[in-house]
Amino acid sequence: MGAQPVALELSPSAPATSSAGAVRAAWLRNWSPRWLALPFPLFLLLLWYVAAQFEWVAPQVLPSPQAVLLTFIDLVASGEMFDNLKISLLRVLIGFGVGVVGGLLLGVAMGLSPVFKDYVYPLFKAFSQVPVLGWLPLLMLLVGIDEALKIILISKAALVPIALNTFKGIENVPARYVEVARVLKFSRWQLLWRVIFPAALPPIWNGVRYGFTHAWLALVVVELLASSEGLGYMIVFGRQLFQLDVVMAAVVVVGAVGYVLDRVLARIEVILLGWRRSGF
Amino acid sequence: MSFLHPEDKHPVPKVLRGWVLPLLLLALWWLAAHFHWSSSPLLVPVDKVWDTAVEQVRSGELWSALEASLRRDLIGFAIGVSGGLAFGIAFGLSRLFERMIGPTFHTLKQISLFAWIPLLSVWFGLGDAAKVAFLSLAAFFPVVLNTFEGIRSVPPELIEAARVLKFNRRQWLFKLILPAASPSILAGIHLALIYAWLATLGAEYLLVSGKGIGNTMIDGRELFLMDLVIFGVIVVGFVGFALNWLAARLERRLLAWRGRSVAQF
Repeated sequence: MGAQPVALELSPSAPATSSAGAVRAAWLRNWSPRWLALPFPLFLLLLWYVAAQFEWVAPQVLPSPQAVLLTFIDLVASGEMFDNLKISLLRVLIGFGVGVVGGLLLGVAMGLSPVFKDYVYPLFKAFSQVPVLGWLPLLMLLVGIDEALKIILISKAALVPIALNTFKGIENVPARYVEVARVLKFSRWQLLWRVIFPAALPPIWNGVRYGFTHAWLALVVVELLASSEGLGYMIVFGRQLFQLDVVMAAVVVVGAVGYVLDRVLARIEVILLGWRRSGF
Repeated sequence: MSFLHPEDKHPVPKVLRGWVLPLLLLALWWLAAHFHWSSSPLLVPVDKVWDTAVEQVRSGELWSALEASLRRDLIGFAIGVSGGLAFGIAFGLSRLFERMIGPTFHTLKQISLFAWIPLLSVWFGLGDAAKVAFLSLAAFFPVVLNTFEGIRSVPPELIEAARVLKFNRRQWLFKLILPAASPSILAGIHLALIYAWLATLGAEYLLVSGKGIGNTMIDGRELFLMDLVIFGVIVVGFVGFALNWLAARLERRLLAWRGRSVAQF
């Protein structure tokens, strides 16, 4: 075997056989059955089940997994889950919609007009330094704890990243694109719709997705703090009555819905930005 | 986008423009309060907010609240970042670990951050333990994700070079992986700092007990003390700004060596 390994190492066709570690790594890279993800959550579930079964902790503190599942089915069957989900979704859609429109308008205006930017940007920056939660007590005093509070906070949460990304996206459009458009004698309208907006679309869309993440986060907070319906309220309500099964069922739904909506935005991104790939 | 408006013929000098809107708003507020445009107790005069601020600073109320908030913030941040780094490194280096724990981690990450508070409050009580646990969680997720991303995107050329140089395990980690992933890791830590501050406020609102700047604001709201609430908003904004500024500076400093090494290539 004397000279063999050296020959193998020099041969480009079999680089993976050079060391045992590399073989194992290559094997692992190719060998990736999906069930590899299963043992860990199953172990957690089993631990949870056993802990609840033998009451290592009080059931008020840790309800059994079957209890959570039954409660979940109950909440779905009685329609309670859907009623609350509908309210939460409506709030987040209205707030997010207002945030998108406002953020795009503000971002486009700041991106296109340096004079407008000089006037507004410092105030906008200062305003965005205070997180959504910082505004909450102030807004509660000003508008009460009704729907208006929720819509304002959710739209603020969405507006800031959208406006910022739109502004930066337009500002960073390469100057040579604009020069080409000038050479081609594009009208101002053509310049906007054929050059600037398409070129700035990726960062703008990024802002929209960030905006949605923030809006969803804001929805949950504001429903936890000041609401009498919605998914967040279910969580608080369950907590107050020490019904942790209700809390957990609602938490799962909040996570799942947030995930699904994020996937929807990712799908739209493929459609919106798909044209870019054909160029390369 | 100066190319759309090549000639800047605006009368107000550039440096002053940023001040126009805030001063106008301030003037409007002052006028509204001075001439009692509204009888609502919420329309507090500007100078009353100033008096409250002076009072809060002088009596030490502000400092004790800030200290309580910041201490909690930093303890939670430190725990979350340490845990996140360890987890993220294991995640990035071991494919087996990633395959086994990754999907569970990504599922848990989907849960909206603040939805954890009611659960944590049952498990850890309403005191500082629950708050710190929540803050650690807030800091944990971004650090794990960014550390993982950073390690996975170490350029293959560097790994080749390390292989040629026959790095041992220690060198591999400390001379190759961590330095190469440092921009992403630091970005994660920066994000964690912002999240932790947001979570500090959230924890103080939702687990109302003890002191903190969030409690100051909640108290102000309950007592209809608009001046105190406005003061709180300003302090919260300022602390967020200061933390962000500090993190950005530190980041630039810690990454300064990279500029040099790029210039050498």
